[in-house]
Amino acid sequence: MKGWETLFYKEVLRFWKVSFQTVGAPVLTAVLYMLVFGHVLRGTSDVYGSVDYRAFLVPGLVMMSVLQNAFANSSSSLIQSKITGNLVFLLLTPLSHWSWFVAYVGASMARGIMVGAGVFVVTAIFGQPGFAQPAWIVLFALLGSAIMGALGLIAGLWAEKFDQMAAFQNFIIMPMTFLSGVFYSIHSLPDFWQGVSHLNPFFYMIDGFRYGFFGVSDVSPWLSLAIVGTALAAVASVAVHMLRIGYKIRA
Amino acid sequence: MAAISFQSVSKIFPSRGGGGLQALDGVTFDIEEGEFFGLLGPNGAGKTTLISILAGLAKATSGRVTVRGHDVQADYALARRDLGVVPQELVFDPFFNVRETLKIQSGYFGVKNNDAWIDELLHSLGLSDKANANMRQLSGGMKRRVLVAQALVHKPPVIVLDEPTAGVDVELRQTLWQFIARLNKEGHTVLLTTHYLEEAEALCNRVAMLKAGRVVALERTSDLLKAASSNILRFKMDAQLPESFAGKARVTGRIVQLPAHDANEIEQYLAQIREAGLRVEDVEIRKADLEDVFLDVMSGKQGRAP
Repeated sequence: MKGWETLFYKEVLRFWKVSFQTVGAPVLTAVLYMLVFGHVLRGTSDVYGSVDYRAFLVPGLVMMSVLQNAFANSSSSLIQSKITGNLVFLLLTPLSHWSWFVAYVGASMARGIMVGAGVFVVTAIFGQPGFAQPAWIVLFALLGSAIMGALGLIAGLWAEKFDQMAAFQNFIIMPMTFLSGVFYSIHSLPDFWQGVSHLNPFFYMIDGFRYGFFGVSDVSPWLSLAIVGTALAAVASVAVHMLRIGYKIRA
Repeated sequence: MAAISFQSVSKIFPSRGGGGLQALDGVTFDIEEGEFFGLLGPNGAGKTTLISILAGLAKATSGRVTVRGHDVQADYALARRDLGVVPQELVFDPFFNVRETLKIQSGYFGVKNNDAWIDELLHSLGLSDKANANMRQLSGGMKRRVLVAQALVHKPPVIVLDEPTAGVDVELRQTLWQFIARLNKEGHTVLLTTHYLEEAEALCNRVAMLKAGRVVALERTSDLLKAASSNILRFKMDAQLPESFAGKARVTGRIVQLPAHDANEIEQYLAQIREAGLRVEDVEIRKADLEDVFLDVMSGKQGRAP
């Protein structure tokens, strides 16, 4: 194995050893959302004309889980290694900043997509979305989880304490994913909030992902792809730069 | 080619009020291939900073460090491949057991099929029966052994040990030094920092002493001992020493130690004590050791800048 493959393997093993917490728990959370929102909102808000609300909710919950767990993986791994001090074992190796990036982001994508698959399997019991454009499903799952894995890397390098990390997660990641149209089509919102939603990059990740299931979306999937691709390039270059200069990890 | 070369290495840590803290100031020396080299100095002298720069954990403000000719910044991958560093802090990854920890560390260096060497490391460090134990379950001493094994897992030609025996029991110190001495005989270069000057005296053929970020002594251990006051007069007493001994004697509780060059000087000291009407017990004369030299150098009595 090459160096980065080992780091990728270690990062996957790290969450897999506690998969009850890292995969099982988020799947349960998504099921709870499905039970509560699916029951309360069913019938009151059919979407895109004829799509059943619960079927509409499935891809939203899947993508939200992908995004949150991809972020959680790289960010929690880094902050834990920094605080316990065992990051030194990695700092002493010849691994390049690219190796770090590929391994941390890759493992985050693996966890995000694994959780997403679990959420899909369980929530699809309540409502089956179609697979209108499967390639878009895969593409947005990959891009979305990569963005969040890289963002987790940035947050993990930046944060010095667990409460800073919690603040990042609770005040930025959570509201942005929650208000990105997971639970509703933004066309149902007043004009002002529709405008605000268009400024949220997470909206495009979920909208493009949903397009893959229904072949219908709030905005063109190509627009979503362009925005998500640009966001990935931006976040990745910041993360790679921070790794290259050893931001807060090499004195 | 030197195993390790420090060339005018300075490090200034920025501080809030501006200015900054100078941790290292123009440190220059080489360690040759196959040496067992000791880096000594009091707390805060800059030993760990120097090792951090060598290992790539910190960057020098100015100057250059090479490992077997590879610059630790420009050619960091090659330099780090040649280095095995045992960090001072007792850190571990709680997710893995001992064997997993070693296999993963080996993989970071791109070393495949390393099981035979991992088994040998486990055996040599007395860890064989702990191979499948989670890192959390190990005692402090066992964790320290794993740190050593992790540093050696890619068979580095240059081994750096930063205070490896701090807080470690006698048995592990013995095991560890036997093993490190064997590796040194097999051609590995060893750089050691330690507070136990006995260890440095017994193991290191050359030492450098750091004080406030500067090298204040750099010599073969044997030459350093030869050049020092050759004898120490040691006794116990209950009373205060006479004024005339101020600055000469080292007092630890009841124990007084006085460096002396020859029998004449010893006689003079004893006469002065007798004249002052003081009672002394357990008088002995011993050879000066590295600790005496160290204290001399640190108090500035013996300037030995290279």
